[in-house]
Amino acid sequence: MSDLKQPGHMDTQLLMDLYRTMIKIRRFEEKIIDVYGVQDMKTPVHLCIGQEAVAAGVCANLGTDDYLFTNHRGHGHCLAKGMSPASLYAEFYGRTNGCARGKGGSMHPVDPDLGILGTSAIVGGVIPLAVGAALAAKLQDTQRVAVAFFGDGASDEGAFHESLLFASLKELPVVLVCENNFYAVNSPISARQPDDSIVRFAGSYRIPGVQIDGTDVLAVHGAARTAVDRARAGEGPTLLECRLYRWRGHVGPECDYPKGCRPKEELEQWMERCPINNFTRFLLERGVTTERGMERVRNEIDATLDEALCLARQSPFPAGEEASAGVYYERA
Amino acid sequence: MPWTKVFLSKDEMERTLAQPGLRAITYCDAILEAQRQAMETDGRVFLMGEGVDDPGGIFGTTLGLVDLFGKDRVMDIPLAENGMTGVAVGAAAAGMKPVFIHMRNDFLPMCMDQLVNHAAKWFYMTGGRVNIPLVVRAIIGRGWGSAAQHSQAFHSLFTHIPGLKVVMPATPYDAKGLFFAALDDGNPVMFIEHRWAFGSVGYVPEEIYRVPIGTGIVRRHGTDVTVVAISQMVYEAMAAAAQAEEDGIDIEVVEPRTLKPLDQEVILSSVRKTGRLIIADVACRTGSVAAEIACRVCEAEPEILKAPVRRVCFPDAPTPAGPTLEQAYYPDSSSILEAVRDLVAENRAFRKPIQRSS
Repeated sequence: MSDLKQPGHMDTQLLMDLYRTMIKIRRFEEKIIDVYGVQDMKTPVHLCIGQEAVAAGVCANLGTDDYLFTNHRGHGHCLAKGMSPASLYAEFYGRTNGCARGKGGSMHPVDPDLGILGTSAIVGGVIPLAVGAALAAKLQDTQRVAVAFFGDGASDEGAFHESLLFASLKELPVVLVCENNFYAVNSPISARQPDDSIVRFAGSYRIPGVQIDGTDVLAVHGAARTAVDRARAGEGPTLLECRLYRWRGHVGPECDYPKGCRPKEELEQWMERCPINNFTRFLLERGVTTERGMERVRNEIDATLDEALCLARQSPFPAGEEASAGVYYERA
Repeated sequence: MPWTKVFLSKDEMERTLAQPGLRAITYCDAILEAQRQAMETDGRVFLMGEGVDDPGGIFGTTLGLVDLFGKDRVMDIPLAENGMTGVAVGAAAAGMKPVFIHMRNDFLPMCMDQLVNHAAKWFYMTGGRVNIPLVVRAIIGRGWGSAAQHSQAFHSLFTHIPGLKVVMPATPYDAKGLFFAALDDGNPVMFIEHRWAFGSVGYVPEEIYRVPIGTGIVRRHGTDVTVVAISQMVYEAMAAAAQAEEDGIDIEVVEPRTLKPLDQEVILSSVRKTGRLIIADVACRTGSVAAEIACRVCEAEPEILKAPVRRVCFPDAPTPAGPTLEQAYYPDSSSILEAVRDLVAENRAFRKPIQRSS
């Protein structure tokens, strides 16, 4: 699974890409925290700090044509699939250069050119959509694979179970990626399910299920590669359970432990397992890059993101008439 | 025009259609033919639903299609209505044109999350970048003790949701024509059928044609009272009109055919002439399309009304099972006729129309 870790199997380019993607996601989210207090980014943000390894590890296995469906905590997945930070930031600011012209906000990124066919903020809502896109890929006889990202809360929902049932039944090319961060808003999984392992459901639907340390980007990458290859070969779906932790509150830029939502110690334990720090150590130990090399990457990304924020703020707001326009598709 | 004609009897139909050699088929066969032709001409179209390939073939509307197109395109599915609606939405987003079939409207509430939060919102929420070409066929049941969970109609609920379109064909011609219009629309379209219309016969051309979504039709011209009749109520309204003629009351029957978008103009222009409006629907009264139609007329041109608006709807109660209760529950041509007579009589008591301030 993680042969990338073995000496002699090092794909330096890939390793650096994974690093770059994780940094991009982390910094993208941190810049939201920086500007959020001004209160001109008027959209509820669900930050994925702490969860970067899953987005990076899974999406590194996808092609432009492959479909990606994600949820309200989806900035990272979309960036990892290649979305322009400026089109996301502009969307969060409600501007016309936003990916949905200001109609979607933070919870509904979209970029059909990258196979991101839309994002749902109804928990579990996109899982059947990903299965449907996989059905389309199969009926159209293409080699496309669909990926659905969702949290542990989604596995409480009927839509999750209905989707696994059908995906398995029709052996559809879909990878179901559960980011199990153990909380649905502030409800711990222990209040919602008799067992905190999501992968247990895979067996009921007779599909492979793999439980992974979601803070280990190479573990995620390896498991996702197997799942994507399997889907592309027409062998059907896989459920990946990536166990990790969301560092910030459910919504908004702050940490939630001061409000008593979760124990501080729990956060601190998980912060010690920071996906980026761990991977940074790994890259340095293996001599893949140097401190200076990494600094260069971080500076490049920071400059790109600053420029994206700037572009986003310069983009015009849509005209008021647009509020009630574009409800229905009209044939050209 | 033979294609606008509603036939209340086989004799009448044969007199009108057989002579000029026009083809007459049932509402059920019109839908069957439309789906067959759609799949023959467009590889993106596929049917999905519980029992679409079974020997009953959704009351005959999918009969034999699995033999022609195979199980991938005439797809039996798990009883997972909401998830499968999401599957249809995802397939539509990825370039297919699914037709999701429900034997009863009563199964639609289980699909609400995917219909309301996903299908309906997708085009708008993606800033117009991803549209959902989806047709949801659902049949309203009635009678034989179908009771509270096999005879409901939810078209009014769906008209409330921006992003959905709602069509409700009553005749064979419209069933086929609206099916193609719905399929090519590019939006999620609720295609609501009535089980009691399935046996109705009418002129249906063999070639593919479309009845534009958003165009109502005058089924019978009259001068005294406008009856806006929805779905199966068209037949009841036509029967009521025939009876009213004996009393010397001339009823105009208007059928919206599509409820969202609604052809407000065909209704208004009728009421301008008659001054009296009755709306007959196959659903409960409160918060209904019937209420919406009444409101549209009152809002747009209150001065054209010579009498209060009347609704002939189901009571605000679940559907009962036993035959005597069913009989009491369902409005029919005599309920419409009663409303018509009341309105004509009430005219004398209705005060002079108020002048619009602008």
